Amino acid sequence: MTAAVQGRLMSWEGLLLAILVVIVAVNIGYSPYYLGVENIVNLFQLSIEKIIVALIMTLIIISGEIDLSVASIMGLAACVMAWMFQIGVPLPLGILAAIAIGALCGAFNGFWVAYVGLPSLAVTLAGLIGFRGAARILLEDRAIGGYPAWFNGLGQQPIFGPLTFSIIVFAVLLIVVGITLHGSALGRYIYVMGNGVEAARYSGVNVKRVKLLLFAASGAVSAIAGLLYAARLGSVRGDMAFGFELDIITIVLLGGVSIFGGSGSLLGVGLSIFLILNLRNGMGLANITGNTQTSVIGALLILSVLVPNIVQLTLKRLKGRET
Amino acid sequence: MTWVQRRIRPEQIREFSLLLLIIIAVLVFGSLIDGYYTSRTFNRIATSVAIVTVIGAGMTLVVLTRNIDLSVGSIVGCTAYFTGVQLAANPEFGAMPAIAIAMGLGLVMGAVNGVIVAWGRVPSIIVTLGTLAIYRGILIDYSGAKTVTTDSLPTWLVDLPQLPLFTIAGLEIRAIVVLALIVVVVFQLLLTFFNFGRSFYAIGSNPDAAELVGLPKERIIFTAFALSGALAGLAGFMFLARFGNITVEAGRGLELQVVAAAVVGGVNIFGGSGTVVGAMLGAVMIGTLEQSLFRLQISEFWRDGILGLLILLAVASDAVLLNRLRALWARADMRLVAKPPSPIAREEEATP
Repeated sequence: MTAAVQGRLMSWEGLLLAILVVIVAVNIGYSPYYLGVENIVNLFQLSIEKIIVALIMTLIIISGEIDLSVASIMGLAACVMAWMFQIGVPLPLGILAAIAIGALCGAFNGFWVAYVGLPSLAVTLAGLIGFRGAARILLEDRAIGGYPAWFNGLGQQPIFGPLTFSIIVFAVLLIVVGITLHGSALGRYIYVMGNGVEAARYSGVNVKRVKLLLFAASGAVSAIAGLLYAARLGSVRGDMAFGFELDIITIVLLGGVSIFGGSGSLLGVGLSIFLILNLRNGMGLANITGNTQTSVIGALLILSVLVPNIVQLTLKRLKGRET
Repeated sequence: MTWVQRRIRPEQIREFSLLLLIIIAVLVFGSLIDGYYTSRTFNRIATSVAIVTVIGAGMTLVVLTRNIDLSVGSIVGCTAYFTGVQLAANPEFGAMPAIAIAMGLGLVMGAVNGVIVAWGRVPSIIVTLGTLAIYRGILIDYSGAKTVTTDSLPTWLVDLPQLPLFTIAGLEIRAIVVLALIVVVVFQLLLTFFNFGRSFYAIGSNPDAAELVGLPKERIIFTAFALSGALAGLAGFMFLARFGNITVEAGRGLELQVVAAAVVGGVNIFGGSGTVVGAMLGAVMIGTLEQSLFRLQISEFWRDGILGLLILLAVASDAVLLNRLRALWARADMRLVAKPPSPIAREEEATP
C-alpha cells in the first residue's frame, strides 16, 4: 500500500518535473536571457512572499487542516508595523511587534481548531475576515510609506551576491521546513495526524500541541512575509496581500499535497513553485495578461487532480473488465 | 421523551435562537438610532440580504453534500455582465428571457463544477477555487475591460429593485425580496418533504451508507452544484438590476459573504445538517449588523472585524451547545427505546 502511494507520488513529482522542463525549454526559445541569473532572481522576487507562505502552508495541509487567513495576517502584520512607525515607535520594535501579533493570530486560530475542535475551514475563514478587518481599522484608507532606506532595501537590494534578503529568508525557511517535514519526529507526527487524528492520538502524538504550534508558526511566517512585501512595495495599505491565500493554496496543491492531508512532499511543492513562477514569467514574456495567467493556473490546479483521477478510474475499469 | 423533545429538534432550537438574536439586535439598534424603524431601513437591509440569500440557498445544497462552492462570486459577475450586455443589445427582452439567460448561464457554469466534482472525483474546494479564477478570467477576457452602464439597460430593469409588490403594515415588500423568499420557500420545502431533498442530507451525513441504500451519489452532488450555479445566475440578474453598472470586478468576494451567512445560519460546514431558512437567517443577521453599524456611523473598517467574530461565535456555539443538546436528545431517545410505553398508555394514545 505504502509502496503504491509512494510510486504515485514519485510519478507525480516526475510529471511536474517534465512539465517544468518543457516550459523552461519553450521560454529559452522565446528569450536567450531566460536562464540568466538576473531573470531568475527577478522571477523569484515577484512572488517571493507567496512562496514563503506556501512552505508553511504545506505543513498545515499535510497535517489535515487548512489556513485561509494567511493573506489577512500578512496584511495585518504590515499594518501593525506601519501604524507603529507612524506614531513614532522605532521601526525594529514595530517589526518585532508585527511578527508577535502574527504569531498570536495564528495561535488564536490554532486554539479554536486544536483545543475547541472547530473545523479549521470555518475558523480561518473567520480569521480571514476578522484579521483583515483589524488591519483596516488600523490604517482605514491611508497608505503609509516613507520607511528608512534599510527597510526598503530588505525587499529588493541584493545583499549576498545577487540574492536579496527575502530570497535568503525563503532559502533558510525551505531548509528548516524540509528538515522538519522529512527528517524529524515532528514531521512524522504531521503525516500521522493528516492520515487520522485518532490514530495519531493513540500513537502518543500530542495532537493539540502540534496543531497549535503549526498554526502559530503559520501566523509568524505570514507576518514575516507581509513585512517583506511591505519592504518591497515601500508602502502599506489596509488591503495589502488581499486574495493571496488562493495563489498560495494553489501552489501547495499543485505540488501534489492532498487536500485531505497525510500525503505530499516538499520536493513536489518546490517543483510546483518553480513551475508556477516559470509559467507566469513565460506567459508574461509572451504578452499574456495577468488575468489569463490566473485562469491558466486555475485550470492547471483542477487538471492536476483530475487527470490522475481519470487515469486511475480508467485503469480500474479496464482491470475490472479483464477479470 | 418530553413533549418539547418530541416536537422540536436541536437544530430548530438553534435557528430559533438566531431569530431571537436578530430581534434583540433590531431592538438594541432601534433604541440607539433615531428613526430606525422606517421602511427605508427595512428596504436597505432586505435588498442587500436578498442577493446573499438566493446564493445561500444554493450554497446550502452544496454544503449539505459535504462540498463547498467558492466560484459563486465569479458566476454572479459573469451572469450579471453577460445578461447586461444581452439586454443592452436587445432592449425588447422582458424579465423572463433575461432571468432565463442569467440562470441558464449560471446552470452551465455550475454543471461544469458538478461534473468535475462528482465524476472526476476532485475535491470541491480545489475545483471551485480553480473555476473561481477561470470564470473571472473568462469574464475579463470577454468584456475587454468594458463596463455595462445603467444608461444602456432597459428602464424596467433599472426600476425593478424599487418596485413594490404589496405593502404590509407600512412596509413595502419589493419584488426582489419576494423573489428571494420564493427561492427560500421552494428549496426549504424540497429539502424537508421530498425524497430528492432528503437525499442531500443522506449523502452529507454518511456518504457510504447513502451509497449502500442505492442513492445515486454522483448525480445528487452534480445536481447540488448545477442548482447552486443556476441560483448564482439568478442572483447575478438581481445584482445587475440593483447596481446597473457592472464592471469586471462585479461579485468579487461574494462567496465569502455567502459561506459566512451559511455558517452563521447553522449550516454545518462538514455537511449533513442545516437548512435554507437557517442560511437566510444568517444572511439577515449579517445584513442587519452591517447596515445598522453603518447607520451608527461606526467606521466601515470595524465591520469586518465584527463579522469575523460573529462567524467564530456561531461555529463555537454550534460545537459546544448543539452537541450538548444533541446528546440530551439522544439520551431521551435511548430511554424511549429502553422503556417502551406501557400498554395502557399505548391504548390511550390510540384512542382519539
